[in-house]
Amino acid sequence: MDTFFVTTSLLKILGILFLVILPMVSYAVYAERRVSAFMQDRLGPNRVGPAGLFQPVADVAKLLLKESFSPANVNTFYYWLAPCLALIPALITIAVVPFGSTLFGVPMVIADVNVGILYVFAVASLGVYGIVLAGWASNSKYPFLGGVRSSSQMISYELSLGLAVIPVFLVVGNLRLTSVVRYQIEHGWFIAPFIGDWTNIGKWLLTIPMFISFVVFMIAVFAETNRLPFDLPEAEQELAGGYHTEYAGMKFALFFLGEYAAMISGSALVVTLFFGGWHFPGIPDGAHGWVFGLINIALFFAKVAIVIFIFMWVRWTLPRFRFDQLMRLGWLFFFEIALVNIFVVAGIMAFLPT
Amino acid sequence: MPPLLFWIFALLMLVFGAAVVINRNPVASALSLVVSFLGLAALFMSLDAYFVGIIQVLVYAGAIMVLFLFIIMLLDLRAEKLRKINWLASAGGLLVALALLMQIFYVVGNLHAAQEKFPPLVGSTTDDVRNIGLLLFDNYNAPFQIVGILVLVATVGVVLLSKREVR
Repeated sequence: MDTFFVTTSLLKILGILFLVILPMVSYAVYAERRVSAFMQDRLGPNRVGPAGLFQPVADVAKLLLKESFSPANVNTFYYWLAPCLALIPALITIAVVPFGSTLFGVPMVIADVNVGILYVFAVASLGVYGIVLAGWASNSKYPFLGGVRSSSQMISYELSLGLAVIPVFLVVGNLRLTSVVRYQIEHGWFIAPFIGDWTNIGKWLLTIPMFISFVVFMIAVFAETNRLPFDLPEAEQELAGGYHTEYAGMKFALFFLGEYAAMISGSALVVTLFFGGWHFPGIPDGAHGWVFGLINIALFFAKVAIVIFIFMWVRWTLPRFRFDQLMRLGWLFFFEIALVNIFVVAGIMAFLPT
Repeated sequence: MPPLLFWIFALLMLVFGAAVVINRNPVASALSLVVSFLGLAALFMSLDAYFVGIIQVLVYAGAIMVLFLFIIMLLDLRAEKLRKINWLASAGGLLVALALLMQIFYVVGNLHAAQEKFPPLVGSTTDDVRNIGLLLFDNYNAPFQIVGILVLVATVGVVLLSKREVR
């Protein structure tokens, strides 16, 4: 362990967490309110600061100053533990995602492990504990129903999530997320075969299963992050808020932030796997100067922001599924599609060397 | 990995492993088991076995324990909390565990291989997942297929058992 590695890693962790992810989380909440307002022909929060840009600051101040209230019959230790467990896994999935090329020769990924995507799934699967514990520790029936719904939903959709990315790794031949980005720089994005060498027939053929893969993955991320149309665990109309019914103040805010952080890391994965990560045709990587390194990072987060906008767009457009519909969709439809998709990609790979 | 981290994670595993048995609340026991699994995963990763460590978290902590917790939370826990501790049985269990521990120490202490120092780990140049895949599908293809059929039979059995009667 040399000090240079430790220092740069610490700087990357602190920089990405406090300068990018956490501000992004709080502004995602603001963006959600503005986007929903515009979609419903309202204005949304526009009083605090220019165009309401200081609204997140006001929100946080309000939540922090609220009384830290906990109901009488809760299981106190787990009641306090649950919000932390909901936020932390969502934040640490970012560790293996390459968010830029290089800056001053330092690769812009916190931990480039050779099982990258499995790490993401493992940590994301721990996120369910926060919600389940919140539902159980609240000692109340609506939160409990929310917790139970959440655990069955997350387990069901983890299968499609895992199976949907296998085609990507069949093509790349490696689970490292930096290799996925490198492959897409050399061969064009998985979702956009016209980038790079567009005369290759095999690449165009591969785009069809890749697009199916992308759709299945995207929908599974919706279910994993409990976003509408799959927000059954917190369905306001049926469960009065679901697992966080009994929470108030900053503890409630942690659940809220956890959901948005999960959405950001999910979007970051979508961008890395299907949209070429930090790459954009015509823009060189960080080896050509630190300005390009910064531009690469900005590009990555711009793409993430676009995917987050799609998340919000879907949320304020589609109605919620019923729980049995959600389960049937997951087990009888997406699971099979993802499975067949793997065989299709393997077949294309076997007969058409790309 | 520095030995300090090994001791931290080993201690974490043992403490929470004991907590699984000691806790009277089944939910607390299940969560202790999760922490114990995470410690084990960290130990695997310290041996550069990232794949095994991550699968440990993904399968045990992420899927199996969630199902356990799911079932436990649907049960009535009050009966379990009120049950009296059978001190005689606990002492007997402790005794058996201690005897086993002594045996293991004795056998390992007398083993010749245990005295030798292991050569340092050689960093693998190829991918974990690739190596495991090659091993499974090349060297152990037949056992792998047999396990696959066993799992398939078990899955069909579960579906058959949990199927509702159709009239």
